[in-house]
Amino acid sequence: MSILINKDTKILIQGFTGRIGTFHAKEMLEYGSNVVGGVTPGKGGQAHLNLPVFNTIKEAVDATGATASIVFVPAAAAADSIMEAADGGIEYCVAITDGIPAQDMIRVKRFMLRYPKERKMILTGPNCAGSITPGEAMLGIMPGHIYEPGRVGVVGRSGTLGYEAASQMKAEGIGISTSIGIGGDPINGSSHRDILELFEQDPDTDAVMIIGEIGGPQEAEAAEFARDHMSKPVAAYVAGLTAPKGRRMGHAGAIISGKGESASEKVEIFQEAGVAIVPSPSEFGSTMKDVMSRL
Amino acid sequence: MHIHEYQAKEVLANYGIQTQPGTLVYSPDQAVAAYNSQGSTVCAVKAQIHSGARGKAGGIRLCRSNDEVRRAADEMLGEKLVTHQTGSSGKLVQKLYVEAGVDIDREIYLAFVLDRAKQRHVAVASAEGGMEIEQLAQEKPESILRISIDPASGMRHFQAQELAFGLGLGADLVKQAVATFRGLYKAMVELDASMVEINPLVVTRDRRLIALDAKMEFDDNALFRHREVAELRDMSQEDPRETAASDHDLSYVGLDGDIGCMINGAGLAMATMDMIKLSGGEPANFLDIGGGASPERVAKAFELVLQDGNVKAMLVNIFAGINRCDWIAEGLIKALGVVDLGVPLVVRLSGTNVEEGTQMLVDSGLPIIMADTLADAAQKAVAAAQEKGE
Repeated sequence: MSILINKDTKILIQGFTGRIGTFHAKEMLEYGSNVVGGVTPGKGGQAHLNLPVFNTIKEAVDATGATASIVFVPAAAAADSIMEAADGGIEYCVAITDGIPAQDMIRVKRFMLRYPKERKMILTGPNCAGSITPGEAMLGIMPGHIYEPGRVGVVGRSGTLGYEAASQMKAEGIGISTSIGIGGDPINGSSHRDILELFEQDPDTDAVMIIGEIGGPQEAEAAEFARDHMSKPVAAYVAGLTAPKGRRMGHAGAIISGKGESASEKVEIFQEAGVAIVPSPSEFGSTMKDVMSRL
Repeated sequence: MHIHEYQAKEVLANYGIQTQPGTLVYSPDQAVAAYNSQGSTVCAVKAQIHSGARGKAGGIRLCRSNDEVRRAADEMLGEKLVTHQTGSSGKLVQKLYVEAGVDIDREIYLAFVLDRAKQRHVAVASAEGGMEIEQLAQEKPESILRISIDPASGMRHFQAQELAFGLGLGADLVKQAVATFRGLYKAMVELDASMVEINPLVVTRDRRLIALDAKMEFDDNALFRHREVAELRDMSQEDPRETAASDHDLSYVGLDGDIGCMINGAGLAMATMDMIKLSGGEPANFLDIGGGASPERVAKAFELVLQDGNVKAMLVNIFAGINRCDWIAEGLIKALGVVDLGVPLVVRLSGTNVEEGTQMLVDSGLPIIMADTLADAAQKAVAAAQEKGE
């Protein structure tokens, strides 16, 4: 199995009829994802890619029974779309959109607190490549073919560095149960730690690869969780060894603002927590191979 | 986006934050005139650059006469001020803020920042003003007060009051303090600031609460809805390479090394730079060209990286996902037709259609050093830069 998505997960596309939504909806359908329709306000009742378009998430969920959604809505309106998903009964939402104001995400997170735990949506992203359960379903914008089905969970902030890691593991014959992108923004839906918790509970995941980066507290939280609550081995890489303090390295959240936020400090924190360190970005495959051999 | 102190004070005045009378000046004559018109015996002549820690770097001078004001202005204007935040190249001082002096009783540190762990804004304050927050956190962590603010209800009156009493402000100052704290929070929220720092906030001998310095940073992602804020941008304070990059929607950060980098994706870019470092080299820059590597975009990116005279070799690392390596190769070949690199070029492609893309680059006859893995690419780039440097 997997976490969060599998071949049966019914998926809605938010921002369905736009150029980007259309392109990636096609890719997802081609991969075999169970896309059941999409939402574009004002275009309800139309068909797009032979699938129904709805005006609102609520209508779409009622009509299709969808439980997951993916957001391609432009940054200025994306926070609202995420809230609509949370309110409309979506259980798992991936927000791809890059450039959402941090304060909008603060409001999204606050908004999501209104729901009781059993109907609280899980959000990953924004500013991420999405999630994939190889061989079953892709809820994202990644190249699906580089992911081999298997038993290693992957969680990371970056898109292309995640692809690099997945292809190195594939070359070593290591497959992936599910790969989750948590995105490069300072305020995001789920943290490394949140995803580790899901992998720890997943019977089909044997080990986890964390791909972290400079900035923020989430790698340290993950290290603590791995040390205190995980039976499965964890390996980690932290990007940004050469990043100077106070400079934003592409991702809105990739900035060293304070103590414990540099790559070397995070590596040290992981090390102290007993997490296997990927010593260089050329060694994702070999490090995980080594970790798996000790299982 | 950063703004200057005088701009931050103007912005915050709209939110009821009290400041000293001050004048923006561009010449020593103007500085002297401003000093005389303020009618205060003491004034501060303050360099307006996008950096904190100006005081220690000699960018804030207390003056007591026309001569002193003139000399301070003369010495600072047109010069680069190097603080521990600007890097060794410093920032050019083109304008000064002449501010009336004030009799200070106490100094307080106050800031509103994003608390990434709690995912909301937090007010951070200390009765030990005048020090930087890093220093405070290290030397007097017990003095730091924090008030976490629920975005749904905003900063409540009682929270501002708690902070005021926590800072030991007397009953006569609490009303002013509450107005100041809540005004700052309101400014932050309404303008999508990512940071507002008042260091120091001073209590004057005549019992007023004054923002003696003010620093604001804004969320770039929210500038689309704040035109009035976007207009405060001072491009002369930015690295011109970074300004040029942002004009082309490229994400660039200039560094001190000699290996130019062009990569797709922020994480992969950082990792590639890490690999260069681990291979004994130093990256000259961070550059994420994003998803679409069209020939125009690649050419622009090359030009940008090569503006840095230190670059002795160039490393291109592209993971083609939705993109395809053969398209990337086509873009590279076309870009190399219009840009004369003048330094060795190492290219590593991976992902979709990697064989086709690699073959195209080999067949092009261009002097490209091909690499298989990230480690291979970094080693080859470091070797090429060393050879070029000799």
